[in-house]
Order: sequence, then C-alpha cells, then structure tokens
Amino acid sequence: MGCSSAAPREREDGMLKLILIALRNLARYKRRTLLTSSLIAIGVMFVLVFVAVSGSFKYIMIGQITDSMLGHLQVHKRGYVASIDSLPLTLNFNAKEEKILEEAIQDIPEIEAFSPRIKFGGMFSNFVETTNIRVNGVYPEREVATVPLFPARIKQGKKSIREGEILIPELLASGMKVKVRDTVVVIATNRDGSVNGKQFVVGGILESVTGPGGRDGYLHINDAMEVLRMEEIEISEVALRLKDFGKLNAISDRLDEMLSKEINKQGKPVFDVRTWEKLSPFYNVARMIDVMTFFIKLMLIAIVLVSIMNVMIMAVYERIREIGTISAIGTMPKKILSLFLIEGFSLGALGVVVGNILAFGIVFLANLIKITFNFGRQSGLVLSPKLGAGDILWISVIVIIVSVVAALQPAFKASRMEPVEALRHV
Amino acid sequence: MSLITAEKLTKVYTLGEIEVPALESVSFKIEPSSFISFIGPSGSGKTTLLNLIGCLDKPTSGILIVADVNTSGLTRKEAAAFRGKNLGFIFQDFNLIPVLTVYENVEYPLLIVQNVPAVERKNRVISLLKTVGMIDQKDKYPDQISGGQKQRVAVARALVSNPRLVLADEPTANLDSKTAFMVIDIMRQMKDEFGVTFIFSTHDPKIVGEVETVYTLQDGMLVSRAQGKGGRHA
Repeated sequence: MGCSSAAPREREDGMLKLILIALRNLARYKRRTLLTSSLIAIGVMFVLVFVAVSGSFKYIMIGQITDSMLGHLQVHKRGYVASIDSLPLTLNFNAKEEKILEEAIQDIPEIEAFSPRIKFGGMFSNFVETTNIRVNGVYPEREVATVPLFPARIKQGKKSIREGEILIPELLASGMKVKVRDTVVVIATNRDGSVNGKQFVVGGILESVTGPGGRDGYLHINDAMEVLRMEEIEISEVALRLKDFGKLNAISDRLDEMLSKEINKQGKPVFDVRTWEKLSPFYNVARMIDVMTFFIKLMLIAIVLVSIMNVMIMAVYERIREIGTISAIGTMPKKILSLFLIEGFSLGALGVVVGNILAFGIVFLANLIKITFNFGRQSGLVLSPKLGAGDILWISVIVIIVSVVAALQPAFKASRMEPVEALRHV
Repeated sequence: MSLITAEKLTKVYTLGEIEVPALESVSFKIEPSSFISFIGPSGSGKTTLLNLIGCLDKPTSGILIVADVNTSGLTRKEAAAFRGKNLGFIFQDFNLIPVLTVYENVEYPLLIVQNVPAVERKNRVISLLKTVGMIDQKDKYPDQISGGQKQRVAVARALVSNPRLVLADEPTANLDSKTAFMVIDIMRQMKDEFGVTFIFSTHDPKIVGEVETVYTLQDGMLVSRAQGKGGRHA
C-alpha cells in the first residue's frame, strides 16, 4: 500500500475519524444525548456545590475553633488532657520542660506562633454572689498571634488583656450581672493547697464559642502566676499556630517525634502533642460532613454508571446492522470497541463540562447573595463556598472514568458481535 | 490459480436440537476477474455461501480457499484483516454509515481499515466517486440521496480498497430497472478495468443476464453451472 512510513500519521487520522463518528452518533440521537448529559451535568453540579458549601461550612467552623481559642496544635503534659475538666495544676510543665518545648518549637520554621497558657479553675465573686470560673493566663501578644480571632470575641471593653484586668465569658457576665470596669475577685487554690485571691477589673466581655475552652475567662499570665503564687512559671498548655494549615499532621508528627525523647519516670513521653481534631468535638461533625460527601460522590458515580450504560446498551442495540457492516468491511474489533468507548467518554465529558460551568455559576451566586448561618451561640457566619481545583479535577476524572467503564460492556459486546448475525439483524 | 476453491463445503445451522443444513457438500472453483452469479430460490443457500466466501461465517466442514488463504481456520481478528485487505461487500440495503457523508463513506475502508496515506486516499476516493458518478454528491449524507445513488456509493466503497473479490448480496433488489442496469454497468466496468472478481447472490434476471457464469443452488446443493449471456471466460 506504500503506507508503512506514514502509518502513525494515518493511525492518528483514523482515530480522529473514529472520534468524529462517535460525536456524530451522539448528535444523531440528540434528545437522548441531551437527557443523559444533563443528568450527569446536574449530578456533577450538585456534588461540586455540596462539596463547596459543606467545605466552606467546615472550614469556617474549623477556623472559628482554631483561630479563636484552640490554635492548630496544642502540647500538654501527658495525662493532662484526660484530666482537663479539673485543670490539674500538678500536670503543668516545669520551667525545664517548658524550655525544652520552646526550643523544639523554635526549631520548626513552619510554626508561625505559639502561646503558653496557665489554666486553672477558681471562684469568681462580684462581692454579692460567687460562682466557679475557668481561667487562662496568657501573654496577650502571643495569644493574639496564635489565635488571631481572639480579639473579635471581645464584645465589650478594650480588645486587649492588661495586667490587673480580666476578660469574662458573656454568660458569666450576664448571670452575675457584671459589667465592664466592675471590680471582681478571683480566688484559686494553688498546687500546694493554699488559697489565694486577687481583685481584678473586668476589662471585657467575651463571646462564648463552641468547643473546649469556649467559655473560659482570660487574664494576663503574670496575674495568673500571682493568683497561683507561682515562683517560676508553670505552663498548663501551649497552643501553636502553623504557617500552613495543610501541613498540620506533618508538623504534629515532627514535633511529637522531637519531643518523644523526653521520658518521665514511668518510661513514657513527657509531652503530649495533639492537633485540634483530637481536642475538639467538632471534628466528629467535620468527619460526618466528609462521610456525607463521600456517599454523595458514590451516588453520582451510580447515576453516571447507570445512565451511560443504559444509553450505550441502547446505542449498540440500535446499531447492530451498522456494527455488522463496519465489521464486514474489515474494521478491527478493537476499533469498534474504541468507537463505543469514545461515545461513552464524550457523554461523560460533556456532562462534566456543563456540570462544572453550572457549579461555578451557583457558587458565584451563593457568594454574591452571602448566605449566613448560625452555629451554637455564633450567629451571622457567612458561607463563602469555593470550588477547589482538586475537587473539580477529582470529580471530573472520576465521572469520565466511570463513563468509560460504563460504556465498556456494551462496547465489548459490539466488538465481539459476529458480523453475519449483526447483518441479519432487523 | 483459482481465486476461490471450495471443496465439499457444508454448513449446518443448529436451531435448538434441530440441525438445519444450509449447504451440503458444495464444490466449485472461481478464477480471478470473473463476473459470477449464484442463483436459486429463497433458502437455497446463496447468502450462506456468500457469507462463507466473505469470511463472515465459518463452514461446518469442507475446504474453502479464498485468495490463497484457507479461510475456515481464521480467527475473528484475522478474518477482519483478511476482509479489509481482499474483499469488498455490496449489500441489498446499501448499508452506508448514516453519520458519514458520501465521501467519508467511501474513504472509511482506506482510513479506518487500511491506514492509507491522506494524499493517496483522496485520489482514490475522488477517482472512484467520479467513476460511479457521485462526485457532485460527495458532501451529502446517505439520507439525502436516492437508493440508486446509495448503491453507487456502496460500489465505490467496496472497490476503494482495491479488493480482489467483491461480494454482492442482492445488489439490485431495492433498485428500479434503470438504476439497477446502471449499477450493474458500473460493476462490469470495474471488473474489466481492474480485474476485480464480482460474485452476486441474486435472482434478479437483469444480473443473471449480465454475468459470465451462473451457478444454481437448490436446497443447499449446487445443481448446475451455466454460462451466462455476459460470458467470455466461462
């Protein structure tokens, strides 16, 4: 034939022609193609919008929790978290342990900031009534650097923590009828068992947030040391903020490994490194959102699989004589297989493209109209759904792969058809 | 050397527990560049024989050699390759691919089956479309042309890959007399010009009157071989 040297080019032409035939076949059954690709497009759109909205909700909540009180990571003395309800002063870090911890933290450049905290439980009195209170003693600047949304929680008063002042949670303020600039007393028992009290001016009222520590009071770390009569600093926990939240687990593992060399008398590690996920109950909600997203993706796969398979089975059935003809004139079985696979691929790809466009449109609209929601005592949180490139790519690739897989059985059947029987088909 | 050699060719179809013989011990030889017709009443085995020669089906027993190849032992892929290289088909219902234009239908075997280079492909398609008088209709789709035009396109498609043998099953059954004669003339011209062998399965007297040799089949058996009116070699 004189075509051996040009064979790759001719094979390419042949493949382009197969694609053309496949596309024209899809155009030939316009209504069916439109319905099937619409179904896929709507499925893709719903999944992408759901992923964007639920992801936005999840990240807003994670951001609220980590940026307003928890930090991305926390380090405690081993056993502290299990007893955190009683805020045991006996499980605070001593000065030597704190130094080791700070050195380890400073060795990791990915850590943006960290905030040592002294946590204790005590009595809170407005001179008329007394109730219990949980208090965090912090370095104000380091706390704000670690949990930058903290100042936003201060609803009344100055957005800072000064020595001699206390920030109290709003429920406590309303329950005890305490206002900003009122004088109150905080009384606490130190680790030796002696009781001490100190007068404070209410510097601000804090908004309560969901999660552990969301209803704690705050004061300066020097005041905490004074109330607890600490001669040298004893830290209960250190909250850390990372430069890149995406590296959470990697940094957590690295820090844990660096600190694991410090062993206590029982032969166990002194330090206990935990990510926010292991400290906040919201993590279970976040996990539930992930599981729901997974099942919705499975539903999309099922929709694509069934609809493409249905269309392709119909396509093969309706074109049996055509298959017989092209087979009779010498078309190789693998090319017949390719023809139907290309049709399945094209249907899926069309649905994906339209679905992505629709999803972009809906997400754009959602951001335009600013949907708000309430979570716990927090209200007016604005959803800002975003379509991540990873989600778009993952969903698009999965839908297209499923489309090709769904077309595989009918395509295989077409390629294995006996031409003599196919030509006889009426 | 013969283009086709059939010895004691038998085909039996099994329908449930019943065995239906379609061909019984049929033997013949066909030389290259022949213009031949198999005739016979419905159910006589004409189409079955054409299917066997065209490697679309396999004999139950016997030997069938086409273009020096024993075709009864070919696998599905080998049979497809053999058909693409050596055979052309013309069908009663034309069987053009509806989503391809006239030009693309004729080009299909060269592009998809034989991977012929673009320039040669174009020359051959244009040349054949001119020969069958369809060059002006080359951009039309099959549903935009008449039955006679479709069959002319089918003839061009069957011949474009330079086959040694063209098998035509009732090629004039759906055509009026004038168109049928035109199509037969074209095939005759192709045979004379390129030495292609044409084998028809038909009971159309128009074709029978044009072929060189007429084989008659009855109840799956070859009952006669006669020289046709168009005969020169038989």
